[in-house]
Amino acid sequence: MLDWITNFLSSDIMTATPLLITALGAVYSERAGILNIGNEGLMLTGAFFGATVSWITGSAFVGAVAAMAAAMVLNLILAFFVITVKANQVVAGLAINTLASGLTVTLNRLIFGVSTTVPKIDVFDKVAIPGLCKIPVIGEAFFNQSLVVYLTYLLVPVLAFVLKRTNIGLKIRSVGEHPQACDTVGISVTGVRYGTMLFAGALAGLGGAFTSMGQLSFFVEDMVSGRGYMALAAVVFGNYTPVGVMGACLMFGAASALQYRLQTTATWIPYQFWIMLPYVITIIALCCYRKKSNRPACHGQAYAKM
Amino acid sequence: MAFLEMKHVSKYFGSVAANVDVNLSVEKGEIHALLGENGAGKSTLMNILYGMYAHSEGEIWLNGQPVRIKDPKDAIAKGIGMVHQHFMLIPALSVIENVVLGLKENKAVLDLKAAAREFSQMAERFGMELDPWAKVETLSVGAQQRVEILKALYRKASLLILDEPTAVLTPQEVKGLFHMLRQLTAEGLTIIFITHKLNEIMEVCDRCTILRLGRVVRTTAISDIQDKQELAALMVGSQVELLTQKPPAHPGDEVLRVEDLSYVDKRGIRALDQMSFSLRGGEILGVCGVDGNGQSELVRCITGLLKPASGSVRVCGADCTGADPRMILGQGVSHIPEDRHKMGMIREMTVNENLILMSYRTPECQKRGFLKWKDIRAHSQALCEQYNIKTPSVLERSGNLSGGNQQKMVVGRELDRRPRLLIAMHPDRGLDIGATKYIQRQIVAASQAGAGVLLVSTELDEILELSDRILVVFEGRMMGILDRSEATAERLGLMMAGARQSAG
Repeated sequence: MLDWITNFLSSDIMTATPLLITALGAVYSERAGILNIGNEGLMLTGAFFGATVSWITGSAFVGAVAAMAAAMVLNLILAFFVITVKANQVVAGLAINTLASGLTVTLNRLIFGVSTTVPKIDVFDKVAIPGLCKIPVIGEAFFNQSLVVYLTYLLVPVLAFVLKRTNIGLKIRSVGEHPQACDTVGISVTGVRYGTMLFAGALAGLGGAFTSMGQLSFFVEDMVSGRGYMALAAVVFGNYTPVGVMGACLMFGAASALQYRLQTTATWIPYQFWIMLPYVITIIALCCYRKKSNRPACHGQAYAKM
Repeated sequence: MAFLEMKHVSKYFGSVAANVDVNLSVEKGEIHALLGENGAGKSTLMNILYGMYAHSEGEIWLNGQPVRIKDPKDAIAKGIGMVHQHFMLIPALSVIENVVLGLKENKAVLDLKAAAREFSQMAERFGMELDPWAKVETLSVGAQQRVEILKALYRKASLLILDEPTAVLTPQEVKGLFHMLRQLTAEGLTIIFITHKLNEIMEVCDRCTILRLGRVVRTTAISDIQDKQELAALMVGSQVELLTQKPPAHPGDEVLRVEDLSYVDKRGIRALDQMSFSLRGGEILGVCGVDGNGQSELVRCITGLLKPASGSVRVCGADCTGADPRMILGQGVSHIPEDRHKMGMIREMTVNENLILMSYRTPECQKRGFLKWKDIRAHSQALCEQYNIKTPSVLERSGNLSGGNQQKMVVGRELDRRPRLLIAMHPDRGLDIGATKYIQRQIVAASQAGAGVLLVSTELDEILELSDRILVVFEGRMMGILDRSEATAERLGLMMAGARQSAG
């Protein structure tokens, strides 16, 4: 039973981490007023460039940096369309997803061909924290993970503090609520929004890289399969705060972990129903959620100066 | 030497001139009024000064130095502060967060506590009580305005621009504001006060620059002005009758009876609380109160756009509680809605089409489902002449008409139906004096013809001029009904702020 709990927790963390990394970035760009449907494409791009560059260079670190850079470039393109050109944010985001999907498939086949053997790549190694990892039940689950996992959870309080207490955090929140008011006190709405998009791009890239270099150790076409959208749902469910988002992602993670276990143990119910579980829980959770929302007032709207 | 000089400033939007060769000179420590009708170019001029617009031609001199103001940041750095007509505050943030937002002195990690101390001291000095930690959305409009002024002062403004600051205040709050403005000028601040209200200029301003169609008509000391009439003539360009003549009413049968009407909105707030009153034909009942105190809900409950939580509405004896709008309008009700663009007209459609929005089902307009365009056009043309609607043709897209003509179109359509009950909400909001007076005369004429009129307005002058009786609302409750003869601006002002008066 104790083993079962350890495995369950470990699986929860592993599933939640890529969602959380991506969602943390999205909290910032969403707070600044941009609906980033393109998250899915950003993660996919990160997954591909992470695995590929890691394979080429033999370094997971270089792979991760490449994943972040690639997703930043892609998000910069999206930012140009939704901020500067003021295109519809949903349409532009979907275009980015389509682009990323096609681009990664094409490049993948160009580089690796259509082979059945999986190339061996350098992945995010697990680093056990001495002492802590020996704690019964939770030690193995929480303190024998890769550096990216530790970093992600450390980032949660840091990002919460930045958003709530710092000058740049106040600017980001204000830009999403009332861009014109920001204009009248001399804040560059465009500048702040571009900044958050670059940041969100970097984190989504890393989140994607974690799927191909942390959860798995290779790239599969369209492997992100909805995690980008789940991250967006986590932002809403976590009420646009880093800590809330962490809770939401861990809940999704727990639902998935549970689902895997029930698939093998509760076989009298068709497994397709268990696969639905995390999504059903998400929908129910979103429906029951009635607290005052931190959703910015000017969410999803481009800002045109007078 | 003047503190601020704008020399030969012009601003063009495309080929449209918003300001032409404007010269404005403001002395240190004065309250300088900028007077003009809607569209005269007051706000444009001030937005140029605040760096929101770039001017096409001309120079700005501050303290004897020519300056270039390319954005609001520049303006703030040069000591210019602006309180916009629509406040530039972020409702979801606290007062102090709003105050420090965008300050270039801000450290990476904000020290809001220190800022709040400084802010509170400043507020105290001006006799204001404001909780720096309160969310802005919880503050009254008057308090939000004080936050805006303090926000500008916190940025060390020495020149304060106020854009129509009294539009959203009760008369008592206006007094408080004026008191504060005098205190500020005593401390050496200079204030530019944008308005189209003549009383206020006579009361609080030292000098006045009058704009008309983007040009300066005159700059003058208020002491050289005889009366409001003279100011109005300068503003409009011709002599205007400031008062609408309203003969005494001869009330007929009851056309509207509202009893214990309550409405609870989506947030669970009682927007209307136990309202009871009646209105007779030939009578004008003015409903006055600060915007957002239940006026919209009252009108919408009567016209069937909202379903009341309890109580009843009877129009001409028929029970119309919660009935659908078509049934209610069928009782002889005409409605001039509060926002013509959202509720009164369809901008994308022609004048012709807009004029039949209420009557397209009648035998005069259609036969077996086909519209009789020839008859309709003739009728529309007649209406345009009768109600003085200036349009190149009845086939013009109505959105292309000026605000005044759009409103005349709505008024003409509603009055053409010979209503027994006319509900008019802000019938002349945002219109120039000429159009305002025209519409007021039409409303008076309708009441003379026997219609009962429910006139909702936030302009006290209008209410006092036109009404036979005056109903005052505050937070959805009725503060009392006064007869015109016993109503004064002071008494109404107290009631609008929540003081209950015994019904007269």
